[in-house]
Amino acid sequence: MEKNNDKITITYREALRQGIRDALQNDERVFLMGEDVGRYGGAFAVSKGLLQEFGADRIMDVPLSESGFVGAGIGAAMTGMKPIVEVMTINFGLLPMDQIINNAATLQHMSGGQLQIPIVIRMGCGIGRQLAAQHSHSWEPFYAHVPGLIVLSVGTHEDARGMLRTALQSPDPVVIFEYTSMLNLEKEIPENSAAVNITEAKVLRTGKDLSIITYGTGVYKCLEAAAELATVGIDAEVIDLRVLRPLDEKTFLASVAKTHRVLVVEDAWRSISISSEISARIMEKVFYDLDAPVQRLCGVEVPIPYPLHLEEASVPQKNDIINAVKKMIRHD
Amino acid sequence: MNEQEIKKTIFQLLKRIAPDTEPSELKADENIRETLAIDSFDTLQFIVALNEQLGIDIPEEDYGKINTLEALVSYISRKKK
Amino acid sequence: MIEFLMPSLGADMEAGTLIEWKKKPGDTVKRGDIIAEVETQKGLIEIEVFDEGIIGELLIPEGAKVPVGTALALINPSGIASEPEEEEKIPEKKPVALQPTEERILEPISLEKTEEIHTKASPFAKRIAFENQIDLSLIKGTGPEGAITKEDVEKTLAQRDITEKEKTQEVAVAPEKPGTVAESIRTAVAAAMSKSNREIPHYYLGKRIDMTNALTWLKEVNSKRTVKERLLPVVLLIKATAQSLTEFPDLNAIWDDGLQQKKDINIGFVVSLRSGGIIVPAIHQASLKNVDEIMEALNDIIPRARALKLRSSELSDSTVTITNIGDGGADTIFGVIYPPQVAIIGFGSISEQPFAQDGMLGIRSSIFVTLAGDHRATDGLTGSGFLVSLNKYLQNPESL
Repeated sequence: MEKNNDKITITYREALRQGIRDALQNDERVFLMGEDVGRYGGAFAVSKGLLQEFGADRIMDVPLSESGFVGAGIGAAMTGMKPIVEVMTINFGLLPMDQIINNAATLQHMSGGQLQIPIVIRMGCGIGRQLAAQHSHSWEPFYAHVPGLIVLSVGTHEDARGMLRTALQSPDPVVIFEYTSMLNLEKEIPENSAAVNITEAKVLRTGKDLSIITYGTGVYKCLEAAAELATVGIDAEVIDLRVLRPLDEKTFLASVAKTHRVLVVEDAWRSISISSEISARIMEKVFYDLDAPVQRLCGVEVPIPYPLHLEEASVPQKNDIINAVKKMIRHD
Repeated sequence: MNEQEIKKTIFQLLKRIAPDTEPSELKADENIRETLAIDSFDTLQFIVALNEQLGIDIPEEDYGKINTLEALVSYISRKKK
Repeated sequence: MIEFLMPSLGADMEAGTLIEWKKKPGDTVKRGDIIAEVETQKGLIEIEVFDEGIIGELLIPEGAKVPVGTALALINPSGIASEPEEEEKIPEKKPVALQPTEERILEPISLEKTEEIHTKASPFAKRIAFENQIDLSLIKGTGPEGAITKEDVEKTLAQRDITEKEKTQEVAVAPEKPGTVAESIRTAVAAAMSKSNREIPHYYLGKRIDMTNALTWLKEVNSKRTVKERLLPVVLLIKATAQSLTEFPDLNAIWDDGLQQKKDINIGFVVSLRSGGIIVPAIHQASLKNVDEIMEALNDIIPRARALKLRSSELSDSTVTITNIGDGGADTIFGVIYPPQVAIIGFGSISEQPFAQDGMLGIRSSIFVTLAGDHRATDGLTGSGFLVSLNKYLQNPESL
């Protein structure tokens, strides 16, 4: 951690840890549970040192049973606690889906509003650490499909530190996707953590020639691509969706109305994805503002491969984004 | 003023109100308003025009006596005497 | 400088052709003066000015067809001297010359014509081409698969702007083709009524009203009058409607994301055209007019409406509508509200009907009155109260 005019340089991992620490310090109802979060310090070392600081009552190791401990978290939330439940990787996130969808997302409705489930479920997600199809995927769309859930995607360091605190204030269950490939990435953010909202998408770079809409690991890739495109005279706007459910369409529709061209970038598989939904809404609501068909760059529809070159080829990279944009603007 | 002259005046005035019709083709016993599709406003205009052209005053209670071409012509003839 | 804009003469109007300027730069104008004649779907309309001042500049040449909202002229408000640099100011929207072959107002549907010959264009390119009345079939697309893009349209626009000035001088007024007016009125009615049925949740109320008192009074009054001064029964219906509306101001209103009551009661009176279609001129401030003045107003506007020679305010100012079947016609008429108004009152034909009163059955002249209300704006209780009030006035015709 390095100080620089009220700014600090910090890794994504450290930003996540600060967010969890803040939450534990601010509210004694908050506790963390998950596989290896305590003594081992987290499979990805995000919760390192927290057991020593907060004790075993608040940093709980659990058996390898996602369905069991996510269900326990839901029960705790139902009875007044503010649990943070960590699911190590999104591949294991399929096991507690029954709990998340049939209980967390549904109980408020089925109890006629008597029950609220203020749980926050953090999931390690994404591609890029050669963890193969066992431990890497981009399955945000599965969860973004479910009414009753708030689904967040942590694409920046500021959100890595700030989203958890706001999420814990929500009376509804929140699923937060964190990206394991970004853990060691360093970025500069303001020293003092300010609250971030969990309702709006964010325009991270303004531009007039086209809108690049993305989330998760796409955010920094698109910003880098936009910076490079600027050197050849293409002025791209970059939007981090941040909230995958409920979508903040106001922000991206306004951008499309301004630039008239759109590229949607995501790691998730192309079919029935977040980008499908974005594209459909643009067509429904601002069709007459479009100057070109909406274009998408998505994950290749295969299980994530192990070899590095194939893994890289399975999701959009900076150069893919640059090429796609050039093609859209120059028709070449 | 003979019957032919009266008819001619009537046709002229009706043509002015309903230019898309052919008043001269009216049969003697046809209801003028229904045949030419003339509404109450235009009927009043027609009666005002008759008043201006021929100087006859048709009171409201007589409106029922001038429904057909035949009736109108004989009504005017009587008034003009 | 005040920009004088092409007015909207109803929800269905999109553009108008400036046929003749009635004023020239330097002329002094006051509120209500006729500044120009404009050809619309509803015929040749005299356009009135709503500001006082001196005409600065005429921005649109005669013969040009421009969308609603386009600046037509600059007016120097009275008492404010014109600053020379302001004279330079040219509004962004340029006038568009109408080709004699393009007779009809461009509807979005005309874009589909370009589809027929397979002109590919982006939705946004189509939109700006339509807004600027550019024929897409004349543009070569440079986009993907040869599609016309925003850039292509903008280039064409820029080129047109350069040659605009010389071109507009040469444009002649397109001769009116027979049949066109009837067609365009049909189109206008279709557009307004479709919008109404699509957007307005109508509720309907009806009440049979005994007209015997009203007709007796009218007969007595008319018997003392010359033919020219006689009143029609509809005058009483209009006056009674206006009086009742003063008690139910929510019905004399427009709906624009909420109810907006209107101060003046300007009754739109449906006039059928012999060639088909309807036109709805306004009787301004009907509640302040007596029955003679309303009859005068009808004598003025009905012939002009039929000749399609109305003024802009008469087409755009109505706050409520009356539709009247007239005698010998249908007993009942349920109206379709003219947007953005919130009510239409329908009068069936007056006929003799059995009428029960004080336990006795008698034959009385009666009329079936209906009200169609916009349920977003008012509820049945308001409408019902209105009809009851209308009955009260019609039972006491002398009070009108």
